[in-house]
Amino acid sequence: MTNDAPPRWDRRMQQRLAHGEAAALGELYDRFASLVHGVAHRVLGDEGGADRVTRDVFAHAWEHADEYDPRQGSLRSWIAGLAHRHAVSRLRRAQDDGERPATEVEEKVRAASAAARADYIVTSMPAPLRAALDLAYFRRLDYRQAAARLGVTDDEARRRLRLGLQLLSTAHDGPRAVSPPGGRAAVR
Amino acid sequence: MSTSPGSGSDDAPRLPPATPGAPARQAPERSHPVLKSLLGAWALAACSPEETAAVEEHLTDCAPCAEEAVRLRDAVALLHPEDGLDLDPTLRSRVLAGALGRRPARIPVPGWAGPYEAETARLDALLHDIGEAEWRAPVRLAWFKGRRSVGREVTVAAVISHLAAVDGIVAGALGLADPQSPGTPEERTAARWAADASGRTTSGEVHSTWRHQGRALIRTASFASDRVAGTPVEYGPFCLPLRDAFLERAFECWVHAEDVAEAIDYPYQPPASPDLHHMIDLAARMLPLAIAGRRRAGLAPPPRTLVAAGAPGRALHLEVEGRGGGHWYIPLDSPGAVGTREGEVAHVALDGVEFCRLASGRVSPEEAAAGSLGDAQAVCDVLYAMASLSRM
Repeated sequence: MTNDAPPRWDRRMQQRLAHGEAAALGELYDRFASLVHGVAHRVLGDEGGADRVTRDVFAHAWEHADEYDPRQGSLRSWIAGLAHRHAVSRLRRAQDDGERPATEVEEKVRAASAAARADYIVTSMPAPLRAALDLAYFRRLDYRQAAARLGVTDDEARRRLRLGLQLLSTAHDGPRAVSPPGGRAAVR
Repeated sequence: MSTSPGSGSDDAPRLPPATPGAPARQAPERSHPVLKSLLGAWALAACSPEETAAVEEHLTDCAPCAEEAVRLRDAVALLHPEDGLDLDPTLRSRVLAGALGRRPARIPVPGWAGPYEAETARLDALLHDIGEAEWRAPVRLAWFKGRRSVGREVTVAAVISHLAAVDGIVAGALGLADPQSPGTPEERTAARWAADASGRTTSGEVHSTWRHQGRALIRTASFASDRVAGTPVEYGPFCLPLRDAFLERAFECWVHAEDVAEAIDYPYQPPASPDLHHMIDLAARMLPLAIAGRRRAGLAPPPRTLVAAGAPGRALHLEVEGRGGGHWYIPLDSPGAVGTREGEVAHVALDGVEFCRLASGRVSPEEAAAGSLGDAQAVCDVLYAMASLSRM
């Protein structure tokens, strides 16, 4: 499951990075490389660009570990935010060739941003919501079949599908929605 | 991207097509809260045709629900199958080198622990990608004993427990808590398997136990660094200084990762060339003792001449080609002798990865694609000694 590590792990990791412990950098990479690369790839759509964003994000986290503020959210969301920003600015530089109209560039950046935020929201949302969406969307079950598969009531299956989509819809809301929406308490 | 009725196009919210003949007539009256609760399922086209029709009728005269319906349907368009892209395994070292180039580490990972760090990270990434059924997939372990190849069929989970059991020897030498009582690699592995079976250890526990211990090893080695590089690590049948024990564990990690990868049909590459070179070098350095051990056990004829320790004597020129390759002169007369170019009586050439397959018991000395010249007994002694480096 890709949900957040305990806050204690986050703070400890930050201290170790700030302290200059190379083994901590390796652990950070092992934990978040696929997240960073995935966000960058969704925004940029190319492997080489995603590799470079991955390199920049981990270098940034290593050089500026003190910028992470645990009160603002998890380390995971901070790293995802870095990945998002680095990828979007790379996309903007690549698109902004002086010939394309600015509105077209912005539209492309906006769509790529929303897609990347949506991926992040899906991987960060509470597992029961994600499982319900998975059954209904990817396996094409109706909500009654999904309820049976999950061992919950029909009402609960409907609730999970609606709540999952509500969380996902915040991906359209703009630049700061990259940290997970605070709907977690709503789930058993 | 799917074209389910829920996926977003830009026009109005009347998406899932009304099913002919189904709805209306005896449809029970549904309240606003019930219809609202159906919006998620509706947007995903996961309602009955009758419910779909009822929701759509409701949307024509309930503005808040209509607004939410558009929003949820647009959200469906953002759902996307996971790409499941495997990261390029060489990316890790490039990313870490880039970061360390910008800000040097105050506590670096010692060079001798680098291959272990790289190999455990690669295996960890593989294990993250596999499902519960694959943890139970059969894996055949093979090694060489005396004059023949032996083997045993286990599971992926058992392979990882085996790695953790033997890594524990190194953990003990570093002063870390070793959850097991002392023993040879085989004894410790057998004890761990028995404990896993009686404790119904889950694959997740097996994975995290191995991973946590490996990380603690790297971290402790980083802080202690050169002070511990020469600390003896007692395996039972042999003893290695800590820096070589880390290389030996890196080698075993790769070899068993290949076993796992093969069992579940997952692509897996050999280690980076410099790491592979160090692993081959360790094996080459262990050969003289392995030759002597086989002689003592009566598995090989006695040496032709006795050479004083530190003196040059007859040597086999081992030429490893390709990735991680190089030249080694293996002393043939006694483990204390020095192998030199001048003493060369035989020459064996083989590929680096093939060398490792031989040294890990994956191929037998006869099968090893070795091009050899010179003293046939020397060639035979060395190839069998290479194979005898393998263990479970």
